[in-house]
Amino acid sequence: MSDRLLVSTRKGLFTVMRNGGHWDISGVDFLGDNVTLTLTDPRDGKSYAALDHGHFGVKLHRSTANGWEEIPTPAYPPKPEGYEEKDMWGRELNWTTSKIWALAPGGLDEAGTIWCGTLPGGLFRSNDHGQSWEMIRTLWDHPLRKKWAGGGADLPGIHSICVDPRNAKQVSIGVSTGGVWHTADGGASWTLRGEGMRAEYMPPEQAHDPISQDVHCLAQCRSAPQRMWVQHHNGIFVSSDEGKTFTEIKGVEPSVFGFPVAVHPKEPDTAWFVPEIKDEKRIPREGKLAVTRTRDGGKSFEVLTKGLPQTHAYDVVYRHALALDEPGERLAFGSTTGGLWVSEDQGDSWACVTHTLPPIYAVRFA
Amino acid sequence: MAKVVFTPNVQRHVGCPTAEAVGATVREVLEGVFADNPQARGYVLDDQSALRRHMTIFVDGQMIRDRERLADPVKDSSTIHVFQALSGG
Repeated sequence: MSDRLLVSTRKGLFTVMRNGGHWDISGVDFLGDNVTLTLTDPRDGKSYAALDHGHFGVKLHRSTANGWEEIPTPAYPPKPEGYEEKDMWGRELNWTTSKIWALAPGGLDEAGTIWCGTLPGGLFRSNDHGQSWEMIRTLWDHPLRKKWAGGGADLPGIHSICVDPRNAKQVSIGVSTGGVWHTADGGASWTLRGEGMRAEYMPPEQAHDPISQDVHCLAQCRSAPQRMWVQHHNGIFVSSDEGKTFTEIKGVEPSVFGFPVAVHPKEPDTAWFVPEIKDEKRIPREGKLAVTRTRDGGKSFEVLTKGLPQTHAYDVVYRHALALDEPGERLAFGSTTGGLWVSEDQGDSWACVTHTLPPIYAVRFA
Repeated sequence: MAKVVFTPNVQRHVGCPTAEAVGATVREVLEGVFADNPQARGYVLDDQSALRRHMTIFVDGQMIRDRERLADPVKDSSTIHVFQALSGG
């Protein structure tokens, strides 16, 4: 079980510890700064924190025995002289890291390998614990990459990176918007996957185009990696063939809209979601904060509310703000209105740690 | 040598003491400063070596025009201020 949480917020990185059955804030780093995401590498215990300083750009820090040290931020290569590329708004696309949106460890046999997904769509890999970064040019130069579009932000970005636990050369990523992409050779070549997803915000002839899909979050079961779950802009989708094809799960109450998904590491049919009214409102239905859980691959869902506010709750939970611990017993999530909840029984009941944090962007067991 | 003064707000992230460097353009002077303080470079310039979107630079009190190439001329007696633009909020 994990007794420690790292909570990334608009105004700092908070450490939350379990003490005598209670979860309390035990420390804060980068107070006042915008911390957008963390990764704690299960292979060596090192933590990484992504910061967005606004004026001064995106930065990356790594934990040391004595605190944090700044390490290089993944950087885009020089744009070729005279090369022009416009974003979906007709503006010049700046080849520069404008957000770190995904951090994932490589395989167990790849000590020091870290994957990093960014806006405006660059995927990077480090083989030395983040000391240097290589852009995966095969994906950036893929002709279909230019069809990626804004979704979660004005610019397209990679928010989910799933390294196959059986073979670390097999990596799947989720793009908003740009669907699900897969490499079977460690990034040397890429295939667009995700047949079966449906985009109701697109004209009918493009609704089923895999590249039009606004994947909000992609999760892969650790012990059954063929099982993948997607929380999508307009639905929940499940795959039993490593993301090649997806089936839509319809009629989920209170809503199929949301941002995060977590899948149990040993039970591929068990997954959690945080529903919101889709999509123009993005608040819990009737002001009642809930988590939904399926234990049967999406045939049925339980609405879990014990310990969660059921009146006038307007918490939105972003895609990295729902966390599941390594054994799959404890969950935690944080909201845009600064609420943080922990469950020690797979979501059956929840305890509020605090409701006064700054807006929460990411929650991770560490 | 031109003098380069950095906004105090960057100092808590990375030390940027006032520095001097030789150069005929903003680019040349800044690259001279960043050669001695490489960590500061990414706080001022983006991945394409253009001025970050919400940063601004003044040469002797005049805001520079060329934010991409930083080709604005600099005299040996110039003072360059590297500031935050108010546009960032």
